[in-house]
Amino acid sequence: MGIVSPGFKGRGRSERDKLPPGQYLVTDFPVLSAGPTPRVDTDSWKFSITTEAGRAHSWDWAQFRALPSEEIHVDLHCVTKWSKLRTTWRGVSLDTLLAQAETSAEYALAHCYGGYTTNLPVADLLDGQAWVAFEYGGQPLAAEHGGPARLLVPHLYLWKSAKWVRRIDLRAKDEPGFWESLGYHNYGDPWREQRYWGD
Amino acid sequence: MNTHLDGNVLGGTLGEIFAVDITSAVGQCASCGTSEAMGEALVYTDAPGLVARCRSCGEVVLRVNRTGGRAWLDMRGISCLELRTPGQ
Amino acid sequence: MARAAVLGRLTWQVGTVAEIRAETATAHTIVIDLPGWPGHAAGQHVDVRLTADDGYSVQRSYSIASAPGPDRLELTVQRLEDGEVSPYLTDTLKPGYPLELRGPIGGWFVWDPAEPGPVLLVAGGSGVVPLMSMIRARAAAGSAAPFRLVYSVRSPETVLYAAGLEQLSQVAGGFQMSYVYTRSGPPGAKVRIGRLNPVVLSAAGWTSAAAPAVFICGPTGFVEAAANLLVKAGHDPGVIKTERFGPSGG
Repeated sequence: MGIVSPGFKGRGRSERDKLPPGQYLVTDFPVLSAGPTPRVDTDSWKFSITTEAGRAHSWDWAQFRALPSEEIHVDLHCVTKWSKLRTTWRGVSLDTLLAQAETSAEYALAHCYGGYTTNLPVADLLDGQAWVAFEYGGQPLAAEHGGPARLLVPHLYLWKSAKWVRRIDLRAKDEPGFWESLGYHNYGDPWREQRYWGD
Repeated sequence: MNTHLDGNVLGGTLGEIFAVDITSAVGQCASCGTSEAMGEALVYTDAPGLVARCRSCGEVVLRVNRTGGRAWLDMRGISCLELRTPGQ
Repeated sequence: MARAAVLGRLTWQVGTVAEIRAETATAHTIVIDLPGWPGHAAGQHVDVRLTADDGYSVQRSYSIASAPGPDRLELTVQRLEDGEVSPYLTDTLKPGYPLELRGPIGGWFVWDPAEPGPVLLVAGGSGVVPLMSMIRARAAAGSAAPFRLVYSVRSPETVLYAAGLEQLSQVAGGFQMSYVYTRSGPPGAKVRIGRLNPVVLSAAGWTSAAAPAVFICGPTGFVEAAANLLVKAGHDPGVIKTERFGPSGG
C-alpha cells in the first residue's frame, strides 16, 4: 500500500450495502475492455453451442429472440473492485440454450466477437445461474456493454460475463480464457475473493 | 467511450519489471510481422490488466496484470524484442 | 542527461510539494522536491498515486513540465470537472504535502538536446506540457535546433505558460510558435477560429521537405486528427511520435 495522501477521498464509494470483500459501490456503469468495441450487426449475429462430440447448435438473431426470455435482477461485481447493485437485464437462460445439447462435458469456454475468451464449469451455467442477455435497463444492450448479446453469470466476477459472446464450447478438459491465463483466478467467486491464482 | 492510449503508458508498469525502457524497444508482432516501437502500440487500459495491440493488425502483442507484489506478463504476441541496454 | 536507457527498475518514491503556481484558473503547476531524483529526459512522464486512508488508491500519468535537472521536478495539472485525481492535485494539495510518484517513464516520446535537427511540436490543450519540457530543455542546453510549436487551445484563457512561451520564443535563438484558437480568440484581435486544418498546419509548421521530428500530444481525438493531417501532408509516419492523454485530455 502507498503512503496515505492527506485529504484524498476518492470517487463515489460507500460502505452502506453489503458487498463482497474488497469491493466498493458505484452508481455509474464502468466500461472495461481489452480491445476495440466490436460492432456486430444483428443481421449477421450468430450464437452457437458446440458439444465435446463436435455437434453444434446455432441460433441467428431471429431464432434467438424467439426463445423464451426472462427479466433478471442481479448485482455485478468486477474484479477491479467496483460493484453495481440491483441491475436489470433481459436474457435467455443457459438452461434453455443447453436443453438440446447432448453432453456430459464439465467445462465450458466462451468465445466472443473481438477474440475475448473466458472459461467456466458447465455446472455454473445451469440452474438459473446464467443467461445470454440482450437488454440492459429495459433498452437493447449497448455495444460498449457487450451488445447485441453478452453472457451474464453474476455469481462470479464480471470478467466471466463475457461481452459480445458468440459461442460456448462444451469441453471435457478445462482451458483458461483470456484473463484466467494471465493470473486471474480460474473460478472467480467474489464472496471468497478469488481474484488471482492462489487465492 | 472505449479508446486506446499509446505505448507510453506501458512505461510505468513495465518499468517496475524491466530494468530498461520498454517504450523505445522495437517489437516484432508475432501475428503480422510488423516491427514497431512499443510506444506506438495501441494500449487498452480500462481493463483488469494492460493490453497492448499491434498498430498494424490489431492483434494482442503484450498483456500484463499487476497486483500488490505479483505481476503476470504474456509476451507471446511479440516474436522478437530489440532493446537498448545500458553501457556502450 | 546521457543518452542511455533508464537504468534500474522503477519504484514508488515520495516527494514533497514545494510550491504550487496557478497557470490558468483551472491548471496548476506543482513543484516537487525529491532528493535523489535523477532528472528526466524532456517528454518523459511520471505516474502519480493517491491513497485514501482505507487503502483505496488510484493512479494517473502526468507529463513532466520542467527542464531536466536533479532533485526537483514540476508537473502541470489541468483540473477536470469529473476527474478523480486532478481535483485533489489542484484543490487539496498544498506545499508540504507528500506526493507519491514513479518515474521518470518513457524513452520513446523524448527529445534529446544533442539532436540538431528541426522539430515540430503540435499541442492540443494540456498536451503542451511535455512539449514545454522540450522547449525548456532546449533553452537550458543552449541548443540551436530549429523548433516550431503549433498550440491548439479553446480560448486565450486556457493557454498554459503564456508568458513563458512568449519569452522563450522571442529571445535570440528562440523559436516560432503559433496558436490555433478553436472556440474564441483574443479580444479585439482578428484571428481565425477553428480547428487545426492542413492550411494552418503547413503555414505554422514545417513542410515535409524539412523532414522534422514530430511530437504530437493532447487528447486522443486531437492527436489522431493531427497525425493524419501530417501524414497526408507528406511527413514520414516513422518520425511522428504521439502521446495520447485519453478522451478527456488528462
